[in-house]
Order: sequence, then C-alpha cells, then structure tokens
Amino acid sequence: MPEVFRFPKSLKKTLFHYCPGCHHSIIHRLLCEVIDELGIRERTIGLASIGCSCFLYFYIDVDILEAPHGRSCSVGTGIKRARPDLVVFTYQGDGDFAAIGLGDSLHAASRGENITAIMINNTVYGMTGGQVSPTTLLFQKTTTTPYGRDPKKEGYPLKVAEILAGFEGVAFCARGAVNTPQRVLEAKKLLRRAFEIQLRGLGFSYLEFLSACPINWKMDPISATRYVDKLAETFPIKVFKDQLSEGKNEA
Amino acid sequence: MKKIKILEERCKGCGLCIEFCPKKVLGFSEKRNLQGYRVVGFYAKEKCNACGICFLMCPELVFVSEE
Amino acid sequence: MMAKKVLVKGVEAIALGALEGGCQCYFGYPITPQNEIPEIMAIELPKRGGVFLQAESETSAINMVLGASAVGARVMTSSSSPGISLMSEGFSYLIALELPCVVVNVMRGGPGLGGIEASQGDYFQAVKAPGHGDGRFLVLAPYSCSEAYQLTAKAFELADKYRNPVMILSDAILGQMKEPLLLKSLKIKTYPKEDWALTGAMGRPSRVIKSLFLDSKELAERNLRLKRKYRAMEKEIRYEAIFSGEERVIAVAFGSIARICKEAVLNLREKGYEVGFFRPITLFPFPGKALLNMAERSLGKVSLVVFELNCGQMIEDVKLSLCGKAEAISRYYPPSILPFPEDIEKELKKCLKSSGFPKV
Repeated sequence: MPEVFRFPKSLKKTLFHYCPGCHHSIIHRLLCEVIDELGIRERTIGLASIGCSCFLYFYIDVDILEAPHGRSCSVGTGIKRARPDLVVFTYQGDGDFAAIGLGDSLHAASRGENITAIMINNTVYGMTGGQVSPTTLLFQKTTTTPYGRDPKKEGYPLKVAEILAGFEGVAFCARGAVNTPQRVLEAKKLLRRAFEIQLRGLGFSYLEFLSACPINWKMDPISATRYVDKLAETFPIKVFKDQLSEGKNEA
Repeated sequence: MKKIKILEERCKGCGLCIEFCPKKVLGFSEKRNLQGYRVVGFYAKEKCNACGICFLMCPELVFVSEE
Repeated sequence: MMAKKVLVKGVEAIALGALEGGCQCYFGYPITPQNEIPEIMAIELPKRGGVFLQAESETSAINMVLGASAVGARVMTSSSSPGISLMSEGFSYLIALELPCVVVNVMRGGPGLGGIEASQGDYFQAVKAPGHGDGRFLVLAPYSCSEAYQLTAKAFELADKYRNPVMILSDAILGQMKEPLLLKSLKIKTYPKEDWALTGAMGRPSRVIKSLFLDSKELAERNLRLKRKYRAMEKEIRYEAIFSGEERVIAVAFGSIARICKEAVLNLREKGYEVGFFRPITLFPFPGKALLNMAERSLGKVSLVVFELNCGQMIEDVKLSLCGKAEAISRYYPPSILPFPEDIEKELKKCLKSSGFPKV
C-alpha cells in the first residue's frame, strides 16, 4: 500500500501556482517522497530551470539554485564536480532540456555526470503561453504552429530518452507519466531508481515524464490527462536503460 | 481505516480525483474556496475505503488523513 | 623558501597566479590566444585535489563556473573575446546571484572572428556591460607578467570579498610575450562562505540562490544593493602615474600598449620634455577622480592623449572623468596595428607643439 494521505517532509505546504490539472505538482510530490525515503534532503541541491517549474524552491524544501534557461545540466556538472558528496538533480521542461539546453544536456550525459536530470515533457513551452517545442507532436497545434506541426517546416518530435539510452555515460534512462494511478506508482519507482543510480555513482540518470498541460492544450484537466496517452504513442513509456538491474551495482 | 480530510483551500476543481475514484464517492460541492474554485466534496463518505487513488492523482494534495 | 624565478608567458603567469590565489575549479574551452591557461590547469589542479573540466562550449563552461561557485568553490574560467561574448548571459546571472568567480579575457582582434593578435576592443564590454542588466565586473588590467600573476591571485580574494565576478582583462601581446617572473607567495585572504553557499540544508533551513524577483520593489532593491557594492569597490581602485605638475601632455593607456607608452614617456622625460603618464589598473571602478585631480593640479594647460588598441573606447571614460577640465585626445590603433615607442613619442611631441610649448 503506498504511503498516502500525507505530505512528504521535503514538500513545503505552499499552494502550487500551477494551472488546475497540471501534472508538475504530482511529480513534485513523488520527488519529495523519494527524497524523504532515501534520507537525502539535507545533502541535496536542486536546480530550478526556466519555465513553469522555475518556482521549484517554493515547493521543495532542499537547497535550490536557479540555472539559466537550458543550462541546468552544466550548472549541475559544476556543482557535482566541486562537491561530489552532494546529491544533485535538475528539474527541467522539454524546452529547457531539449531545445536551448540540448547541448548542455547531451554533453553532461555523455560525460556520465553523476547527476539526476528530470525532464517534464508536455510538448509545449508552458509558461510563455504554449509555443511549439522540440517534443511537440506531429500536426499538434500550438501558438507558433497554428496550422499544426508540419514535419516539412518544424521537423519531427525529438525523442530524448531514445537518444540518451545510447550514451555510455548514461546509467539510467526511462520515460514515465503520471496520468493514471498505476503510472503514478511506477513513476515513483523510476524516481527512486534514478537517485539510487546517482548515489552509487554509476553515471548520468535521466528521467522523462510525459505531463499534461491543460491550459495550453486548450483542454479540460481530465481530457488533458487522457491525452497523455496520445503523447505515449510518440513517446513510449519505457525503461530504456537501468544499469542497476543489469547487475552493475558499483561504479 | 484512515479517515480522509479534504483541504478545501488547496483544491483547484480540476476533477481528477472525481474521475479516477473507483467508488465514485467524490463530486463537486457547491462551495467555492478563496481562490474561487469549486471545491471537491464527498458524495458518500461511508463508501470510501481510503484506497488512496484520489491522493495519487491529486496535483494539489487536497486529500490528507485526519490525524 | 626563496621565491623561484621563472621565464613565462603572460597567460602562464595568469595560470600560476590563479593557483596562488587558491583556485580550486577551472572550467573553460579552447580559444587562441589563451590556451596555455586551461592546459596548465589541466596539469596542476588534479595534483592539488582541484577540478579541471573542458566544456563543450563557453556557454556551458560559464554555467559550470556558476554551479561550482554556488557551492562555495574558488572557481575561474578563461577565454578570449568571442568566447567571452558567449558567456555574457552567464556573467549577468553570476552578478545577479552575487556569486564570486574569476574570468580571464585575453583579448584578440575583433569584431567577429577578427584575428589572433592583440586588441583592446572588449573594453566597453568588460567595463560597461559584461551581461544584460546593470551588473558590473570588477575589472583588472595587468601590463606585465608579474602584475598578471599578482592581480589574478588578488582577483580571487576580491571576488570573495565582494561576492562578485572579477575580470582579468589582458590581450594577446601580454598573453603570448615571455618575461621573467618571481614566483613569490602572496598573502591572499579567504572569506567564510557558510552563511550563503549551498551546502545542503543540514541543520539549517533550506536556502535558495536566485535572481528572479517578480515583485518590482524586491528587484529594485536588488539592483540598488548591487549599486552600493560597486561604490564600495572604489576602495580597490589602482593606477600608476608619472606626474609632478609641470607636465603639459599626459599619455593615458592601460595593458600592453601602456608599456609601449611608458617607454616613450620615459625617453622623452630624459630629454626634458614635459610629458606625464597615467595607467589605470582597475578599469572598473575607473580611476576617474585621480585623473581629474591630476588635471586640476597641473600648473598650466594640460592635454591627455589616450592611446588604445581599438577604435577609441577608454577615451570616453577619460573625457567623462575630466568634466572638460582638460583636453582629451584619442590616438587609437585598431587591431592589429602595433605602434612602436618612437611612434608614441612622435604623437606626444606633436601634442606638445600644438599646445604651444616648445621643447624646454
């Protein structure tokens, strides 16, 4: 039976600023539950990115540093190299991680930086009003693809998890979602696994969560939550790589 | 069996709990909270077996145990 | 222990100065003419339990600097003009987050790809606007290997003292020129960082280092706080002057070209010409008061000739400082034309003649 009906210790009680039905705060809760269970709250540094989740520090009660747009993985690299004893995670949107920050993200992964990168994939730039992003679905309408994403013009959805799975520096790579109770439980296991990989120094851990963005998808929260299943057709929910389960348990 | 409490001020009326509650014991009440959202409420509290699915799906941590 | 004497390039002196200054982490990217700095750091830092990492771009490197600084490390990066441009957003964040670090810019010809010879074309960028917003760097401009060594070491102390990035602004001449350097140990101060650095919320409430202030009052106060800091930095102003009051013409220059001017000035003074010399070492805060004071203490009319390896940038700060009290003339040499001391002497003599004072 999951630990329910209780605030995780490392989750502050501040009301979330997210839109009704946004999945960000579900993932915040799971992240805090994992931080509590692993007992790492007092040696964890979170990196807030630029986007809807830039106010991470209002909600997660760990030391948090604001990273410039797209640079969380580089900032995280600087922290982890200077203080390898600290636990470092980034919390980024698809625009932050895979558009402007793709170089920083891929190189941190390729170097096998011992940090945990969390990418929330809602296929749009949420905070700025729903513009197209590298993970926008084919033919999906956004404020900057008003006629739908045209592969001839805007190319194809960027499958980050599939790319990172091929990197030797990556020790854990998975994609999850939180749009059904079952997937919420699974998402927490993935988060825990990602941090365990970091704690064992096995290399870069990447975790992508498909997430609903009702307001920018112009849907009610329930339809948006269902629509995540459509995202999953383009972005399969799967564990792509998990060195812990492949028997390698120490760097 | 855990008693569930609804933190009405946290609710944003997204309806996910109502949608996913297997026993269909939840629904929108007539009340509105300070933020102006219609707050979730129990239709039939006695049928609730505290399975926790509302807690899992709720983005706002509206459902907490009474202690 | 007797200080060792070594024959080094300017960039090597900078690297050695950084190590003397207690540098613990270096993040950078290859670019001529400063490659010796990362190369030395790659050898030396691991030996001292430090961190060296070459990033995939200058943009990434400056953000690694930001991370390491936020957890209390003494950290630096070095680059040259185009790379410095790529770091400017990071600079603005480092300033806003009040994070100490040392940034070395060994200037090369610009704009664009430009050249790899010397230039001082990044003066404005360094002293006026290293990044967006009102943020400033404390900028130090060495003109010799020993000064490069000492100022780079000192930069780490000043960065921690003011919790603000400090820039060492040099160029390809000093960078690639070899000179003897006395490796004397310098007393570089350290400052406690426990009350602000991110170390994990152990035994204290969690901490945030951020620059986003949507509340306008808070952001305004933030900017005024930084402004007070820049005023406080005026205590660190340094300059070199050769001036007694009788001079009619004063050569003003910083960095490599200042050495050429100084030689010219000393030659002329030996021949009895009434020529002075003024060399800003801190470019921000600019030694404007000292310049104005010098002009006011001059017995007669004095003109200042500002020599620069660009198309005329510091001339504006000189004019601003003089408030019209004395004439300021710009003599500029765009990259990569390099004057000889004789060229400078000719210019100074011309100014002496035109201001009506024959040779004594």
